[in-house]
Amino acid sequence: MKSLTNRSRVVSNKQMNFWERIYFPAILNGMRITFGHLFRKKTTVQYPEVKREYSDIYRGKHVLKRDEEGRERCTACGLCAVACPAEAITMVAAERKPGEEHLYREEKYAIVYEINMLRCIFCGDCEEACPKEAIFLTPELVKSEYSRDKFTYGKDELVEPLDPAKRIDVSKRQTAEVLEFKKNKKYKHNK
Amino acid sequence: MLKVTIDNIPVEVEDGTTILNAARKIGGNVVPPAMCYYSKLKGSGGKCRTCLVRVAQSSAKDPRPMPKLVASCSTPVQDGMVVQNLTSPEVIEARKGIVEFLLLNHPLDCPVCDQAGECDLQDLSFGYGMEETATEEERREYPVIDIGENIKLHMNRCILCYRCVYVADQLTDQRLHGVLYRGDVSEISTFIQNSVTNEFSGNVIDVCPVGALTDKTFRFKSRVWFLKPMNAHRECGKCSGKVAAWMFGSEIYRITGRKDQYGELETFICNECRFEKKESTDWVMEGPRHIKRQSVISSNHYEEMKEQSIIHPIEGTMEKKE
Repeated sequence: MKSLTNRSRVVSNKQMNFWERIYFPAILNGMRITFGHLFRKKTTVQYPEVKREYSDIYRGKHVLKRDEEGRERCTACGLCAVACPAEAITMVAAERKPGEEHLYREEKYAIVYEINMLRCIFCGDCEEACPKEAIFLTPELVKSEYSRDKFTYGKDELVEPLDPAKRIDVSKRQTAEVLEFKKNKKYKHNK
Repeated sequence: MLKVTIDNIPVEVEDGTTILNAARKIGGNVVPPAMCYYSKLKGSGGKCRTCLVRVAQSSAKDPRPMPKLVASCSTPVQDGMVVQNLTSPEVIEARKGIVEFLLLNHPLDCPVCDQAGECDLQDLSFGYGMEETATEEERREYPVIDIGENIKLHMNRCILCYRCVYVADQLTDQRLHGVLYRGDVSEISTFIQNSVTNEFSGNVIDVCPVGALTDKTFRFKSRVWFLKPMNAHRECGKCSGKVAAWMFGSEIYRITGRKDQYGELETFICNECRFEKKESTDWVMEGPRHIKRQSVISSNHYEEMKEQSIIHPIEGTMEKKE
């Protein structure tokens, strides 16, 4: 029968010779490999003192952006939730009332927006699906917790702070084409 | 019976059939898209121009092609007619232009619009539209108004297909709304903020190909692709009582009429069924509706329940569960 892989070996029952029988050369060879590892470059870092360098576009915890005037960009269109392969995102929409124009950008907004960080696989599909540039992934990590319930992040954890100094910069995540497009005031999107 | 060839597919139709209906008899890709034509409404069609086709041969007696593209919804067939829809690059090019014109004043607020996911204009622009707009002028803007207590009118999104006007004209005894003004300022409206109160008025929501007329009881409740459409019926004295119930778990989020493959209602339903019966105890569920696999609504939508089986742990055989 033809084997499926080329990794199979024919088993033979041949007698070992003298050098193989005393095992000493095999032990020496094993030790050479073991001690050889001592002189290799270390693959670990001493974490709290030394931090590994992150990519600018590392995909960590999400942020729900506000626009320049501090209004929430998310309109609860549901495209992130339908794009999510892990089904981690849920939302409930609500209608903006008169007088709330300074809080929400469009007439519809997300009154509840939840991401289950235990389900999330940090693929960034939500970011890609978002038509309003509202959700972005940031290099920040999701903190460890003692209880599973605390991993369902609501709007209180996801929406970025109103204070302009504490805003989260995502410009490095956007491609040169997107940044170029945003400069063009011809499009309603940028007004 | 007349013989017609549409996209090289021959079909025999009765005298007086339009090209669009002959194409629908064949079905599949040869059917031109239609935004304003509605087979159940008399006089509809001929306004949106999305169904333009090329007639390569007018008839068996007169083999010359028609000089211009014709609207297939309002052109009757002749014997020996040869029609090109997708096989003619001219038609595709024209349709691209039509979509551009339809989108000229259409606000791209699909993330906010309740129709998104089941919108004919969305499908059309996905199929034929361009990615960019050629204009930089402001789009026309109207305030959002309520016509009747359950219907919201977003005039910004309207493409003036007149379907809702025909519904009100032909389905109800007294029409309370219509198209005011002319040209690019024309708009659907009730006369001086009148409200539409007829008990079949809710059907204007279903015939609207875009999100101009939407259900106020469903406004911003959910996106259509999170809901599961189910066939349901009830005893109703006013209408057939056959509806599609859009479920989220065991809750009914909205009721619409049952739409066929061309987005047309099978039967018109009354306002009581549509707006007031939102409890699942009001309805007898028949089963999930068929959704095209290409539709965004088809995600996580299963049309039949698989019979559960038990795998016997030792013999490895399967048993049907009782």
